[in-house]
Amino acid sequence: MEKAVNMDPEWENRAASRRQDPPGRSYISVKDYSFWFGHTQVLQDLNLDMQKGSVTAFIGPSGCGKSTLLRSFNRLNELDPQARHRGDITIEDLSIYDPAVEVISLRKRVGMVFQKSNPFPKSIYENVVYSLRVAGKNNKSILDEVAENSLRSAALWDEVKDRLGESAYSLSVGQMQRLCIARAIANEPEVILMDEPCSALDPIATAKIEELIHDLKIKYTIIIVTHNMQQAARVSDSTAFFYTGNLIEYNKTQEIFLNPQNDKTEAYVSGRSG
Amino acid sequence: MVAKGMKAYKGKSQVGLKGEIAVWFSSLGLSLGLLMIVALLGVIAYNGLSVFWPKRVVQVEFDPQPASDLGSRSVVAGIITSQKTKSPDSVEEWRLFVGNKDQYGISFTYFDRGSLLNVTQPEGLLVLERTAYGKAIGYPEHISGPTGKIISAEHPNFAQRLGSLVKECQDRGKEIRKLETREIGAIHEALENLRLHQLRLERQSELSSEDREALERIDEERARYESLFTTLATRARLLRDLQISHKLHYRLASGEEIDLPIGEIHQFFYPNQIGFSGRAAVFWNHIKEFLLSEPREANTEGGVFPAIFGTFVMTLFMCVIVTPFGVLAAIYLCEYAKDGVFVRLVRIAINNLAGVPSIVFGVFGLGFFVYWVGGTLDQLFFSLRLPTPTFGTGGILWASLTLALMTVPVVIVATEEALTAVSPGLRESSMACGASRWQTIQRIVLPASAPGVLTGMILAMARGAGEVAPLMLLGVVKIAPSLPLDDQFPFLHLDRKFMHLGFHIYDLGFQSPDSEAALPMVFATTLLLIVLVVVLNLAAILIRNRLRRKYQMAGF
Repeated sequence: MEKAVNMDPEWENRAASRRQDPPGRSYISVKDYSFWFGHTQVLQDLNLDMQKGSVTAFIGPSGCGKSTLLRSFNRLNELDPQARHRGDITIEDLSIYDPAVEVISLRKRVGMVFQKSNPFPKSIYENVVYSLRVAGKNNKSILDEVAENSLRSAALWDEVKDRLGESAYSLSVGQMQRLCIARAIANEPEVILMDEPCSALDPIATAKIEELIHDLKIKYTIIIVTHNMQQAARVSDSTAFFYTGNLIEYNKTQEIFLNPQNDKTEAYVSGRSG
Repeated sequence: MVAKGMKAYKGKSQVGLKGEIAVWFSSLGLSLGLLMIVALLGVIAYNGLSVFWPKRVVQVEFDPQPASDLGSRSVVAGIITSQKTKSPDSVEEWRLFVGNKDQYGISFTYFDRGSLLNVTQPEGLLVLERTAYGKAIGYPEHISGPTGKIISAEHPNFAQRLGSLVKECQDRGKEIRKLETREIGAIHEALENLRLHQLRLERQSELSSEDREALERIDEERARYESLFTTLATRARLLRDLQISHKLHYRLASGEEIDLPIGEIHQFFYPNQIGFSGRAAVFWNHIKEFLLSEPREANTEGGVFPAIFGTFVMTLFMCVIVTPFGVLAAIYLCEYAKDGVFVRLVRIAINNLAGVPSIVFGVFGLGFFVYWVGGTLDQLFFSLRLPTPTFGTGGILWASLTLALMTVPVVIVATEEALTAVSPGLRESSMACGASRWQTIQRIVLPASAPGVLTGMILAMARGAGEVAPLMLLGVVKIAPSLPLDDQFPFLHLDRKFMHLGFHIYDLGFQSPDSEAALPMVFATTLLLIVLVVVLNLAAILIRNRLRRKYQMAGF
């Protein structure tokens, strides 16, 4: 599968060393990162390290910049011509802003699941293999294999295996969101960004996604933005609390919820503010 | 009961009452609009279709009035086309279509109902639709062949015999037409090619011996073609003689006796004998003729097939040109261009372009496409044929291009709207999957906005198909000798002039020698144009709905 996915040579070179990375070594680093939309500063001098194979939750009140930071990891913010940044983000010590790295190959390494499940107006099958199609891969047997593996990983295979040709819009909302997860992992990314993936789902669908996150973290490094404290507590290993564009506190999830160091964090996680 | 309810309602809230009035007003607006449209369509449909329905023919007797069009005649047969009551003395006035234009010189005449001595519907009256002078109405007497009388009108098999003779002549007529347009046309083309070849050789400064031989060969060829032409022309003449060998002898209600060659009869029926089914058959035949045959007699008789075909090909061709251009422009404006003064200016220009009168586009098309582009093409590629222009004159290509230019704002605006309506989430998801901007547009945005693009195309079609003014400068003609698409290489003749239903309406109604007689055709043609536009639109709408079903968005 690894071979099937097109990679920048730069990333390819690092793949070998990555496998021998000692656990606990920082994998994604945010260094003095500030971000503006036009003249509005959204993020202020953030510093943050995340480890490989971990789930990190970003929490904080609306407008605190957590989604902006999330969308910085795959440079999706840059679709807005007003976007500006300072500082750096590295994945495996390689800057995502490195001129040698094409943004498209970055996005192949960093998959994303959005708040609103937005399957493409295509069949279920075509939705899953979309990232391979746009990378120019059309080998039927590889696509079939990727589709099955991704749908299995997203715990959707058994529900859709007999109707892969049907429109993605025939699925339920919860299934659509899992389809979007399948779509995000079809490319075998290393990082998965999730932007409030459960906010539109009912509790049962939410439980399924959370279970899925648990399974996925064996293979992928996951960053999740959520407004749901319980969810953050349930799924994440570390939690970062943001407030008005600043990183207020970042620690093991347990610590954040049981023993917050900052007053603002305590107020927020205990439901007194935000 | 009602009053009580009203009272209770009034007491409840003043706001509700206001809303009620607004509903009434808006529904009034809608119903007035609908009423006008339905009335317009109704008038057109009624008048357009009643043209084809064979009406009863009456024979009227009256005191001869030498000063009138009919001179000293005292009996005439005709079809009542209107019965109006004039207001002051409430006299009913009849308008009678008397036909027989070759004898009477008029098509219509008017009578006061009171002045008519006797009105009957004789069963023996025959309506003849002729290839010249329109309809004839009279009593058949007999058919005569080259050797004399063949069958008398009293014979029970008369109608059958006449029918078979007419059929025979019509088949022969087709043969003649084929001979004249196809085979003789091919000879003309071959001769023209020889002429061009000769011209090309002669223009060379030095002639080699081979060239001289070629020139001699050309002369031989030409002589061969010319003798072939003579043979074919003789054959056509012989066939034409056969067309007039049999004659129908008939007598008008007013007494004149006339011999009409069978070859000039198009169709005939006994209007006062046939029942409903017979009339329905005639009705159907008329519609078939209208849709499928070529016009006769300065377009006032016969069919409008070339005009239908011209309109159809032009509109389709316009769509093929305008859609990609409009869509590409909209994609650039919507997806790539950065919002700024320039883009805003472009948008304003596009919106204003939609408001420019179509005749201005016509003048532009004439100046730019016909004279400049077409003239240059002629200089470069068809110089031998000059001074006869090939592309340097109005033609279906230039007309379609100009109309495409005229309708491109419609497509741009509709497409842009459709592109903007595609949710940004879809674009972001696609980009997050590693797709480039163009891949996102091509694979996600365009398919999702295809219904909107088609809406733009429908609007463009509706505007383009009904446009006449610019076409009058760009190659629409009263009678086109050939269709823009046929079975002769290269099949699609973009340089040809063409006929158009919209222009046909104008020509019939305002340019024909007898515009009163042409009025029914005006209605029929108008109905047809509307039907054609509706059919084109329905086709596009069907495609759009299928696309919508395919790409419908989830309902949240």
